[in-house]
Amino acid sequence: MWKKLLKNKSGLIGILIMIGVISVALLSPFLAPCDPNEQDISIRLKGTVWEESGDSSHLLGTDQMGRDILSRLIYGSRISLIISFMGTIVGGAIGITMGCFSGYYGGKIDSVIMRLVDIQLAFPFILLAIFIVSVLGAGVFNIIIVAGISSWVRYARLVRGEILSVKEIEYVEAIRSMGAGDLRIIFRHILPNIISPVLIVATLEMARIILMEAALSFLGLGVPAHVATWGRMLSEGRIYIVTNPWIAIFPGLAITLTVLGVNLFGDWLRDYLDPKLKNV
Amino acid sequence: MGQYIIKRLLQSVIVLIGITCVVFFVLNLAGDPVELLMPPGATPQDIEIAREEMGFNDPVIVQYLRFLKGISVGDFGNSYFYDEPAISIVLERFPATLELTFASFIIALLWGIPAGVISAVKRNSKTDVVVKILALLGQCVPVFWLGIMMIMLFSVKLQWLPTSGRGSFLHLIMPAVCLGIFSSATITRLLRSGMIEILNKDFIRVARAKGLSNSVVVMKHAFKNALSSVLTILGLQIASLLGGSIITETVFGWPGIGRLAVESIHNRDFLVVEAVVILMAIVFVFINLLVDILYSVIDPRVKY
Repeated sequence: MWKKLLKNKSGLIGILIMIGVISVALLSPFLAPCDPNEQDISIRLKGTVWEESGDSSHLLGTDQMGRDILSRLIYGSRISLIISFMGTIVGGAIGITMGCFSGYYGGKIDSVIMRLVDIQLAFPFILLAIFIVSVLGAGVFNIIIVAGISSWVRYARLVRGEILSVKEIEYVEAIRSMGAGDLRIIFRHILPNIISPVLIVATLEMARIILMEAALSFLGLGVPAHVATWGRMLSEGRIYIVTNPWIAIFPGLAITLTVLGVNLFGDWLRDYLDPKLKNV
Repeated sequence: MGQYIIKRLLQSVIVLIGITCVVFFVLNLAGDPVELLMPPGATPQDIEIAREEMGFNDPVIVQYLRFLKGISVGDFGNSYFYDEPAISIVLERFPATLELTFASFIIALLWGIPAGVISAVKRNSKTDVVVKILALLGQCVPVFWLGIMMIMLFSVKLQWLPTSGRGSFLHLIMPAVCLGIFSSATITRLLRSGMIEILNKDFIRVARAKGLSNSVVVMKHAFKNALSSVLTILGLQIASLLGGSIITETVFGWPGIGRLAVESIHNRDFLVVEAVVILMAIVFVFINLLVDILYSVIDPRVKY
């Protein structure tokens, strides 16, 4: 696997970016030069180190409250990663379970679950996310739940399709005739066989959740105001695009780079695990 | 055919009812809906009176049926912020969103289709690499950031285009391009892989062996077949454009329903939000229905 990864340039770039972002998130307290929330109005809106108004104490300058932008960027990676990672797990857990029941049992369960899928796909999810968050209130936990709800559909459809195609194969029949229960058949025997496409969807979903979280934060509906997130930094910084454009440029670059890393890795994983799935 | 259309119509109705269910129960699950629906300064007495007036003391199912009945005649309640029926505020802003969505959809097609075809035909060439990189970036860049960067370049630096608002054609350019980029990237990638797959099929080899010119083979034989895979996602693309319009409208101060939804959330004017969500869903369900029917007409293999 590693040899193949080394040969594939874009896959390698993807995984290097991911390792980089994950390391930054894990090592934030050691990497960040300042406390991300420390405010000092006397040094507000300082330029970057390569601009005249900046100096080396704040490499990427400060924001409107005098907080160090580099430190906020570094800490911001944590929220993005935690939410995208947990959101992917929640979405995967719901989606895989639903997909399994739907595909394995068929009949009424299948039609109810598939109608739920239709309903969910029937309207722009960001709208539902905004609606749910505005009603339930912002917060990391709520955003994770919203992210999970937003992505279960893709797993459910995928797993359902895969199960439909393997459940009549002889080995499942053989296990059943040996007296295995339905749950055992699903989770011990069928699921491990369809894990590759699920992993591929999971990486693509992770990229989508990062963008969604950033969008919610940008609209002021993300995590609480004092927590540093890339989306919120961007939305606060856009007022200053004429005088201090870098405040808005950096968080956007961070989001793009992270999403790019996850997508490149996902594309490579798809080609590696299952070359048939070019269009997932 | 007729049966298929009726079946799809029924499905659409079920989906719409499901959506009203979700919207209704999210509002109700989140605690006291009356408090959510009242202006921030309401006294406990006001809330009590409103609860009785709005019928929130009735059983939930009665409330839901009343809600459904209201929607069916276009009654979404009154916005306390604007002091007008929620639906009329939403409908007033709706043409702006339609205009933006339509323009960005055209941009997505105008870029996505030629880019996908050229990149597949000239596979592994420099053009292909550039198209691939652009498409990948288009899927990774957050729309709101791209919008801000465009404002920075075209409005602040070059002063070519207005920063925000709606009115002239110049106002439309930036928001439409910004919103269309993500969809164009998706269309490019899908069409490219579809075309590559088809260009390797036997019937294409036969067409070439017959001595047909390259452009006829590509356009008449390959493109026509690859297009059906794109057509299936066009409905979903419209949903993503409608969803994306919420953010694009906020960035560019475009007076559509997306921005209205965000403003109303900040004003805690939930009846307007509710009306936006349901209206967008209706539009989207309708478009998907059309796409499916169209698809069954174009591709007779679709099972009725």
